[in-house]
This record gives sequence, structure tokens and C-alpha cells, in this order.
Amino acid sequence: MNAVVEEHHDHDHKPTGLGRWLFSTNHKDIGSMYLWFSFTMFFIGGALALLIRAELFQPGMQIVEPEFFNQLTTLHGLIMVFGVIMPAFVGLANWQLPMMIGAPDMALPRMNNWSFWLLPGAFGMLLASLVMSIMGLGSAPNFGWTFYAPLSTTYGPDSTDYFIFSVHLMGISSVMGAINVIATIMNMRAPGMTYMKMPIFVWTWFITAYLLIAVMPVLAGVVTMMLTDRNFGTSFFSAAGGGDPVMFQHIFWFFGHPEVYIMILPAFGIISSIVPTFSRKPLFGYSSMVYATASIAFLSFIVWAHHMFTTGMPVAGELFFMYATMLIAIPTGVKVFNWISTMWRGSLTFETPMLFAIAFIFLFTMGGFTGLMLCIVPADFQYHDTYFVVAHFHYVLVTGAAFSIMAAVYFWLPKWTGNMYDEKLGKLHFWLTTISANVLFFPMHFVGLAGMPRRIPDYALQFAEFNQIASIGAFVFGFSQLIFLYVVIKCVRGGKKATGEVWEGAKGLEFELPSPAPFHSYTTPPEVK
Amino acid sequence: MRAVNRPLGLACLLLASNPTFADYQLNLAPGVTSTSQNSYDIHQIVMWICVVIGIVVYGVMTYSILNHTKAKNPNPAKFDDNLTIEILWTVIPVLILIGMAIPATSALLAMEDTSNSDMSIKVTGYQWKWHYDYVGEDVSFFSNLSTPMDQIKDKETKGENYLLEVDNTIVIPTGKKVRFLFTSNDVIHAWWVPAFGVKKDAIPGYINESWARVDEPGIYRGQCAELCGANHGFMPIVVEAKSEEDYLAWLNEKKTAQAAAAESGNKTWTMDELMAHGETAYITSCAACHQAAGEGIPNVFPALKGSAIAIGDITKHIDVVINGVANTGMQAFGPQLNDADLAAIITYERNAWGNSTGDMVQPSDVKAAR
Repeated sequence: MNAVVEEHHDHDHKPTGLGRWLFSTNHKDIGSMYLWFSFTMFFIGGALALLIRAELFQPGMQIVEPEFFNQLTTLHGLIMVFGVIMPAFVGLANWQLPMMIGAPDMALPRMNNWSFWLLPGAFGMLLASLVMSIMGLGSAPNFGWTFYAPLSTTYGPDSTDYFIFSVHLMGISSVMGAINVIATIMNMRAPGMTYMKMPIFVWTWFITAYLLIAVMPVLAGVVTMMLTDRNFGTSFFSAAGGGDPVMFQHIFWFFGHPEVYIMILPAFGIISSIVPTFSRKPLFGYSSMVYATASIAFLSFIVWAHHMFTTGMPVAGELFFMYATMLIAIPTGVKVFNWISTMWRGSLTFETPMLFAIAFIFLFTMGGFTGLMLCIVPADFQYHDTYFVVAHFHYVLVTGAAFSIMAAVYFWLPKWTGNMYDEKLGKLHFWLTTISANVLFFPMHFVGLAGMPRRIPDYALQFAEFNQIASIGAFVFGFSQLIFLYVVIKCVRGGKKATGEVWEGAKGLEFELPSPAPFHSYTTPPEVK
Repeated sequence: MRAVNRPLGLACLLLASNPTFADYQLNLAPGVTSTSQNSYDIHQIVMWICVVIGIVVYGVMTYSILNHTKAKNPNPAKFDDNLTIEILWTVIPVLILIGMAIPATSALLAMEDTSNSDMSIKVTGYQWKWHYDYVGEDVSFFSNLSTPMDQIKDKETKGENYLLEVDNTIVIPTGKKVRFLFTSNDVIHAWWVPAFGVKKDAIPGYINESWARVDEPGIYRGQCAELCGANHGFMPIVVEAKSEEDYLAWLNEKKTAQAAAAESGNKTWTMDELMAHGETAYITSCAACHQAAGEGIPNVFPALKGSAIAIGDITKHIDVVINGVANTGMQAFGPQLNDADLAAIITYERNAWGNSTGDMVQPSDVKAAR
């Protein structure tokens, strides 16, 4: 251990204080900043969700005006997608990729710094519009996270231009992050680590990075078209000027559907790292995992219009997008089967990361089932834009993506801090979170099927029971996350020392480093056989 | 509709204590048209297939979790692939998916067939109301939410059809294939009546179509299903299916009423008449944005109380109401309301809530300004 520290002392010129973070080019510091940023946004976005659930606790308008309710749903969605899930995965990539491939750092450290520091600017601007709205100075974006034209163009509030600039910044940040991931994986793998020997988390991020590079510019394009429609007299999306509001949806979802997989592929990588570790068995079907991930990524580009079945597409279009979407069930199924086979006849133990991983497999699969139901056009006509959809994507994104992030944090936190987290509190956090998430999201299936549209601030009386149950679940879920915060802080500050291996029999280059991992991970590349 | 018994336990006690709860349902309802029946059947098939797959997958997983623990199985197996099983779990899902796709495709083709309809109704979405035009019948009207503000604000007990009731119900004849044509005047809305299985976006610049043949007379309720701004949650749909005879009687009644309303534009109104009619019309057409007391919503919808337009130049005021304000939420009400309604609304706005201009606007003034 001492040898490592001394060896690093010479070229370890990290500034101290604020400068360490502002000017950081270190993958671990930047990774930490991404993760803390995401964590902060998680609480902000969560607070907005609790306001939504408080308003929906019973029929009638009690807490907010309908106009402000729309701002809440919009910002909740934008923050959770762009401010929580995506930065958290980038943070995990920053921390883990160099360690997992045996590199000292990311390939493009200065760009790494910039891609992080764009985010506080982007979200500062977005949140400023909310603060202004609360102060009565104007409306925050109020058109849903999907910002359909013409509601967001002709009818959007003044803050829409803030929103557009903010999305541009997020896009630049994501694309730079993705370039960095690709450059790192292509160039900095340890000798002997061929592509088919890379850990699955590295593979899933590799593919995710390509998705990001492919679709973030499309998002930038669509918001730029909005910008010129709003300010420079163009009519891309205005029927009155010869434009087409449905074209907006096509462009948006051409970004939006791959975006969904951007938010879940790294999660697959995480689960594929955790399940083998706590099963004490190698991952079942490594190569089929890789091919399944690649197939999902490919399919994600040809299914976008399944979000638009009620826009009046030709029947041939509806059929094509239904069949293409159904195909996604196959590689996704392969993944679930692989995880279960990994557990089969293993030696399972149930530490917090494994608990979250198992909950992920159960509950993400629930989201997968409802996803399959949603792609069936004749049934989708009834599900579309109801709470059934809300239930579906919260199962995929909360009990899917967010659970995988929590699992990852518990899994690698000892490696990052050198200390074990408090297992008792971790388990308490897990059980409260998992039970409350289901109390929160499961009833949404029922109200959706019963006919409750999404994005409404008030509802008819027959939806009251399940909304009340969901709201109770929401508050338990929200406050349980404070336990998570406490566990993380406690672990950062101290605790039982973690070994290099951290978990019994853990495999992977990151577990060959001491805990906490040295500042410059692998200064001499390890040999991979 | 399948009503299900209330769940037992704590939740029950908590919920039963609240008098505003009505019966709820857990599953999709089969509805009253062949389209909704198709949706329901496909939904049932796919859902039960998912349930069965779920039981198998979760069952295997649970078995493994219970039996393959470190305590019971300290020496883990070493295998990490098995080609046969991998082929099996790729091929079997493909077959299941084909099994789902076949009925889904045939149902979809039937649902999308709008040919040979008996009549057409053009449905136009507005922020935040629906406009119905009986094509070829010269009958058209707006349909607004009729739930009183006091119910929404919890000042009054909520009625049975809270938020699902309107001032003008649309009526369709039973046993006829009714084609609906959808478009929008402003943003995208979606017309959805669950019992018909009809959900279609109303998009500016587009005309979408769908259809329903309802055999069961009754009242069917739905809501806008696409976020369309502040009052998206407050633009319900109510359709009444009546026998053809009753439908025709209703149609005639509507025609007579519309003629009378048009006639009212030719007489000279008194101030009291204008104010009384103005208040009603204002609440229906204007209060969603400008609010009942004309106070608006700061930075979103301007106040009319003491506003430069409402107490300033009368010609400008008439112009704004008739032609709207481009690129804002202020619609052109000229095409939406008749001369008498507009005259009454403008008069009301100029004299209510302390806007005591004393100005009176007659239907003839509106007609001249059009």
C-alpha cells in the first residue's frame, strides 16, 4: 500500500480545495462530481414528484394550480431523465471504465472536465425558470418532458428558450462524454483484453456511447428547429405556415426511443456485474449478452413511432412499428434468462447490491411485460397516454435504471471509499424502497386501465382509491432515499475497511486494485490472459 | 364495467372513510363497440400470456433464490453456457410473439376500416373544449366542462360525474356507423372515449379519422388524452347514444335552437340582458384562462380586471376578442361564438369586477366589426 502511495506522489499534482474539483481532469473526481450532481438532482426531481403526488392525493385542486402542475410534471421528467439517470451512468462510467480495462484514467481528461461542468450550467438555467415561476415572474416549461409542438413552440412560455439552450448544453455534455468513453475503450484497454474479454459493463457503455452520439444531435436538431420556429419566423412545426406538428414527434422520438435504451443498457451492464459476483459463478452466456445488447441498440432505431400510434399513421406503419417493437422482447428476454441462469445452482448471498439486482430483474421484467403489451397497436389505443404508460416507464426507469444505479453504488462504494457501507441500513433502504416503489407504481396500472389519462392535475372519482395509495407509496419512497444519502455519507467518512477484493471472489480488474483505488488507477497496465 | 370489492386491511379503513370515492375498476373494460371489444380481447390475450411467462420466469428465479443459497449450496456450479437452452429461449419467444401478432394484426385491420360510414361528425379540439360539427346537417356547437369551479376547489361536494360532465352532449344514433373526423384549432389534443375504444389525436393541419357503431343506448364519457396546456384535465367528452328516432328529434331541436340564437343577434339588448348573458358566456368561454373574477394567472394569462384592453379603446377590445392575438393562447373567438355572445362577453368584461366603463356593445357592433 505504501509503495503505491509513494510511487504516485511524484506525478500526482492534484490541486486542493475548490480547484481540485473545478479544474479536475481525474476520472474519479469527475465521476464523483457526476454522481453527486445526479444525487442532488434526484432529490430535486423527487421533491417535484412529491408535490405532484400530493396534489393527486385526492380529487379536487388543493395545492397547486393546473398551470403549475404541468410545470411540475415537465421538470420532474426532464430532471430525472437528463439530470439523474444519464449523469449517474456517466459518473459510474468515469469511475469504473478505467479501472475495469486497466487504464490510468479516461482518454480525454480535459474534455471530461468540460463535459461535467456544462451540466450545472444547463440545469441551473432550467431550474432558474422554475424559481422564477415560483416567484411569480414567468412560467417554467409546462409542455411535458416530450415538449410536443405546437404546445412548446407557438404556445410555449418565454422560458422555453432557456429550456432549448439548456437541452443544447446537456446534449453537448453527453456527446463529449460518449466520445470520451469510446476513445477510452478503444485505445486504453490493458494488453490482452480483446473486445470479447471486456467486462459486460464496459460493453454496454461502449454501445450506449454510440447511441448517444447518434441521437443527441437529433435532439439538438429538433430543439434548434423549435428555436427558429419561436424566434425567427420559420414554420417547421406549424401547420399554419406549411409545417408539420407530427414531424416534431417523429424527430423527437427518433431521439427519444434510443434515449430509453441509453438509460437502460448501462443498467444491464451493472446487473451483469453484480449477479455473477454474489452467485459466485461466471456470467451465463457472455457472448449472447453482448449480441443481445447490440441487437437492442440496433432495434432502438427502428421502433420510434410506437410512441405515436394515435397520431393517425397509415395501417402499414402501425404494423411495421408493432412488429419491430415486439422483436425487442427477444434480446431483452435473453438477458433476463441469462441472469437467472447465472443464479441457477450458484452460491447466492444477499448483500444490498444483490438485493437491488434481484429486485431489478423482477421489476424491470414487469416493465418489460407492460412494454410488450403497449406495442400491440389495438390494445395501445386504450393504453396510450394513460397511467398504464406512466406505470410502465416508471417500472423500467425507477425500479429498472434507478435501482441498477443504487445497486452499483452499493457494489462499488467500498472500492471508491475504502470503507464498507452499513449493511443493516443498506438493507433497510432496500426493503423500504422496493416495497414503497410497488405501492407507488403498481396501482397506476389499474387506474390507467380504468381510463385515467396521464398529466392531469385532477381526476374523476373512480380513480381516487388507487391515487391515494400511490401517493402514500410516493412519500415513503421519497423519504427512504434519505437513508441512502446517510449510508453513502457515512461510508465516505469511515467504516469497516474494505479489502481490495471487496466481495468474496469478486472478479474483474477493479477488484485487483487496493480499496480505495489509487488516484490514477492502473499506472502500469495489467496483463490480461 | 367490472367493479371489484374493496381490498381489505388498513388501506380499506383509510379509504372507506372518504366519502368522495366511487366504484373503481382494475382491468380494461370491454366497452360497447366492436373496436373496444377488439382492444379488450387483444389486451386479455397478451396480458394473460405475460402472466403465464411471468409465473414461469419468476418461479424459476424464486426457486433459485430459495435453494441455491450459499448455505444450501456452498460449491457453486461452474457452467456459463448451454447452446441448446439458449436456442430454445430465443425460438420459443419468437413463436409466442407470432401468436400475439396474428390476432393483433387482424383486429387492427378491422379497427382502422372507416369505409361505408352512415354519417360523419367533425371534432375540433380547442384549448380547452371540443367543437362538434355534424357534417351536412348544419348543426355545430361547443362542448365545455360543466363541473362547477366550487367542486373543483373543494368548496362543494363533488357530483357523481365530477370532471366527466359537459354543457352540450353530443348525440349519436345507435346501430349506425358514425365516422369521426378529428382536427385541432390550436395544439394537439386527443379524443378518447374508452367505451368506444376510440382514441385519436386531433392535430392542427391534419384530419384524422376513426369510427364507432354503438348498439347500446347510453351515456359514454371520456377525456382529452394528449397534454394540451393548463386545462388539459378539464376538457371531457360526453357522448349520448340514442335510437335513431330520438337522435333525429334531438337534431331538429338543435337546429331550431341554433336558428333562435342566430336571430338573437338582430335585436337590441339592454344592459341587464347583456350583463346577465355575458356572465354565463364569459364563464363558459373565457374563465378557463382569465379566471372567473377576471384576475388571470400572473405571467400566463393576463388579467382583464383593470386591463388596458378591457377598460381602454372599445374597438381594440372587440378586435382582440374576435381575431385573437397571434402566437399566444388568445384564440380568435369570432368564428367560435355568435354576435350576441360576443357582444355580451365584451360588455361584461368592460363592466364587471370594477371595470366600470359603462360601455355597451350590441350584437350589431360585433357584426360590423367582423
